[in-house]
Amino acid sequence: MVTIDRNGSDNIQVLSRKDFVSDQEVRWCPGCGDYSILAQTQRVMPDLGIPRENIVFISGIGCSSRLPYYMNTYGFHSIHGRAPTIASGLKTARPELSVWVITGDGDALSIGGNHILHVIRRNVDLQIVLHNNEIYGLTKGQYSPTSPLSKVTYSSPMGSIDWPLRPLAVALGAEATFVARSLDIDPHHMVDMLGRAHEHRGASFVEIYQNCNIYNDGAFEEFTAKDVRADRMLFLKHGEPMIFGKAEDKGIRLNGLKPEVVELGKDGVTVKDILIHDETIEDPTIAFMLSRMDYPEYPVPVGVIRAVQRPTYNDLMDQQLAKAVETQGEGNLDELFRQGDTWQVEEE
Amino acid sequence: MTTLTREEQPEVIDLDRVTIRFAGDSGDGMQITGTQFTRTSAVFGNDISTVPDIPAEIRAPQGSLPGVSAFQVSFSSYDIFTPGDVPDALVAMNPAALKVHLADLPKGGILVCNTDEFNESNLKKAGYTSNPLDDGSLSAYRVFPVPIGTMNSRALKDVDLTAPLKDRSKNMFALGLMFWMYSRPLETTIKFNEQYYGRRNPVVAEANIKSLKAGYNYGETTEVFAQHYHVPKAKLPAGLYRNITGNEATAMGFLTASKLADRPLYYGSYPITPASDILHALAAFKRFGVKTFQAEDEIAAIGTAIGASFGGLLGMTGTSGPGIALKSEAIGLAVSVELPLVIIDVQRSGPSTGIPTKTEQGDLLQCMFGRNSAAPVAIVAPATSSDCFYMAIEAWRIAIKYRTPVIFLSDLYLGVGSEPWLIPNYGDLEKMDANFATDPETFKRYARDPETLAPPWAIPGTPGLEHRVGGLEKQNITGNVNYEAENHDLMTKLRAEKIERIANDIPDLEVFGDEGGGELLVLGWGSTYGVNRTAVQRSRTAGLSVSQAHLRYLNPFPKNLGDVLSRFKKVLIPENNLGQLQLLVRGRYLVDAVGLHRVTGRPFTISEVEVKIREMLG
Ligand code: SF4
Repeated sequence: MVTIDRNGSDNIQVLSRKDFVSDQEVRWCPGCGDYSILAQTQRVMPDLGIPRENIVFISGIGCSSRLPYYMNTYGFHSIHGRAPTIASGLKTARPELSVWVITGDGDALSIGGNHILHVIRRNVDLQIVLHNNEIYGLTKGQYSPTSPLSKVTYSSPMGSIDWPLRPLAVALGAEATFVARSLDIDPHHMVDMLGRAHEHRGASFVEIYQNCNIYNDGAFEEFTAKDVRADRMLFLKHGEPMIFGKAEDKGIRLNGLKPEVVELGKDGVTVKDILIHDETIEDPTIAFMLSRMDYPEYPVPVGVIRAVQRPTYNDLMDQQLAKAVETQGEGNLDELFRQGDTWQVEEE
Repeated sequence: MTTLTREEQPEVIDLDRVTIRFAGDSGDGMQITGTQFTRTSAVFGNDISTVPDIPAEIRAPQGSLPGVSAFQVSFSSYDIFTPGDVPDALVAMNPAALKVHLADLPKGGILVCNTDEFNESNLKKAGYTSNPLDDGSLSAYRVFPVPIGTMNSRALKDVDLTAPLKDRSKNMFALGLMFWMYSRPLETTIKFNEQYYGRRNPVVAEANIKSLKAGYNYGETTEVFAQHYHVPKAKLPAGLYRNITGNEATAMGFLTASKLADRPLYYGSYPITPASDILHALAAFKRFGVKTFQAEDEIAAIGTAIGASFGGLLGMTGTSGPGIALKSEAIGLAVSVELPLVIIDVQRSGPSTGIPTKTEQGDLLQCMFGRNSAAPVAIVAPATSSDCFYMAIEAWRIAIKYRTPVIFLSDLYLGVGSEPWLIPNYGDLEKMDANFATDPETFKRYARDPETLAPPWAIPGTPGLEHRVGGLEKQNITGNVNYEAENHDLMTKLRAEKIERIANDIPDLEVFGDEGGGELLVLGWGSTYGVNRTAVQRSRTAGLSVSQAHLRYLNPFPKNLGDVLSRFKKVLIPENNLGQLQLLVRGRYLVDAVGLHRVTGRPFTISEVEVKIREMLG
């Protein structure tokens, strides 16, 4: 792969996936979905066209949050739930850096719920990758804020009585400009989503279904298993009708405000009746609808659900600083010290 | 308008120091009145010291006791260190203000009351069963009943404003009256009104100026006041001065540090009383390249600051006590990753929400120890409002040089209090060097400078220095995650030793009084400086063997603290807490230090400390 220095120099470096592998031993459980996310993250890096020293991975606490240690970039493994705050500080301080937040369902939506809302609404230009395994793995198997109701875990022997959050719906509720979903066992799709997230200017939110084979094995298998995936998942493509199924014979039609699954060719349904996916609609209603579609009632949507443009927080901050200099002139400390009423005390 | 001189007005009495307290309803504009009196006295050439007293409840009912707002200003012809214990004159704009503040006025003190507000309903709200102006209960004071509201509205009868708006100028009437009583010129306040309201609201400016003059003339022409007073200029060191509050000095000090280090300042903060003024001040410094970030909570505020420091800016956060509690875990992270960071704590009364608008020194031990495990940080504490400027620069000098979080421990009294500030020249201040790591050949994240034990500061964007930091324990030198027993023991000791070594790099503790030792040392920190100094000065004048030392560095302590303590037979530590420095000093130096503890939400009075000194030397 060839990367060209963003500063426009012709300092052309050839980087490959290997250049992004750190010298640290990877310590996840064998078979964990995090391995695939790590591999795809390393794979997508050379394509971004950014010098390695300008890339920073920031995480909180949890299994997923170990990821920065394994990336041969700058990295910060911080404290539980707070990665978005450190990332926001870094990105606004140094807007030229490519900043990635690695988080999990507990880290992002439980202890760090407040920060996730605010980093998204501010539209700080960074990528948030949420490994959703619907369980607390590092602390050995307690239900998480995305675990389904009635989930039996060590901390919920009679079943969880917490109603779960839907990460994409939370992001949309926080006025997200970019929302996507992918899955650990589809490397190509994931590489595509990570690339799109990077391309987007603003806070990009990507949920990745990640299997925790130790504490929550098979949580997504019902619809992600290879043999049923085509029938139970909806791979969204911008500008194309929402069609799914091995035979591409099913689609989503809007019935009033409610989506419904219809069969093409049955009851006179044609492709014209099928909803066309448009990532760029300002109104988040359809995106919100997609974020709530779940198996078995619906196929589970993956892909870019929403990608709209809004000024980024870091750009606005820089503009204000530039404007202040333009209108007030560059600050002069000696003048500042002497502002207001001053008086001279003479030598006796 | 010229200052009245002794020749023109034979009844003028010279005083060397006067303290006035303006008290009224929070809607009466007492803060502006006090500030204007202060500016005028400062420009006139007196030494000054002020403290506002703002109600804890934002919208307390009008005329009620919790709604009383006050401002005390002390001005003198010599160096002063405190805004005065007790006022010489109290201006009470309503019965509630009288009720709340009368206890502080010494017998024989001047009491100006706005009689218009002493009606039945207001008297009842203040808890009076009879009118104190009529029932003889104020006979010990020099009472001047003035119908301020009525006089004011008469003075403004030709001004084109509604009656309630006219009434708002009555604080200017009271101010004008006090200006007359203390022989102050009106120019500064007239200029302020013209500049502040002039363009936006010329009628208000006109009304204020008319009221001000009317108040002054009322003093001059009526025969209510038999005397008035004159306080000559103070003899301060030569130079250019301005009046400055602690929070202003803090903001300017941090800005100056960033220029001296040639790194942009980054301030992440969540609104909290009384630290928000610093956020406001820094947010107005955008033309200096300052980046301010109003975070969603206290934790996010420090998180963004750590991120900015990781990126090579001067990352800072600021808050008050409850916010420090929320930031504890993140401070521990900054200790672990050894990044420069400054945390401002403008202390207020606690525990919990406490009394947000009252001062206290209750956070010292929280700042020292309030984190899991051993997580030492440096702590500096300004002694006066203008000292905030210099200690802010010191905080960054230490943070950068030692790659450590530094807590800047101020308090409400320092933050909102003001005093004259000898304006420095930027060019005279010492530069600092961020000294980023750049060499991939030699870079090791936890290799330390042999003298300071500081690790390198390696920022993203530097080719070849890609590395990972975090809160997991790291191997010495390499910075790899490491859980080995001996390594953890070593790293814990290195982090502590690094902070201890800062003691080699800070000034020795100075003694005011008897360098060589004596009977009693009054040791303090933070905002007790002025009170301790004045109490010690007065006691020395009375012939007592007492000296003062004041700590501006709380962690580590100055190297000679143990030696200084050993030179005195007794040690007194006055604190607005239950003995936090006292605990540290006793524990560290095995000295039987005696405490003086008051937690009233107000600073000590000078006499409280004086009485204790006398008792100990009894
Ligand atoms: S506990 Fe689960 S999520 Fe964590 S590393 Fe093991 S398999 Fe992966």
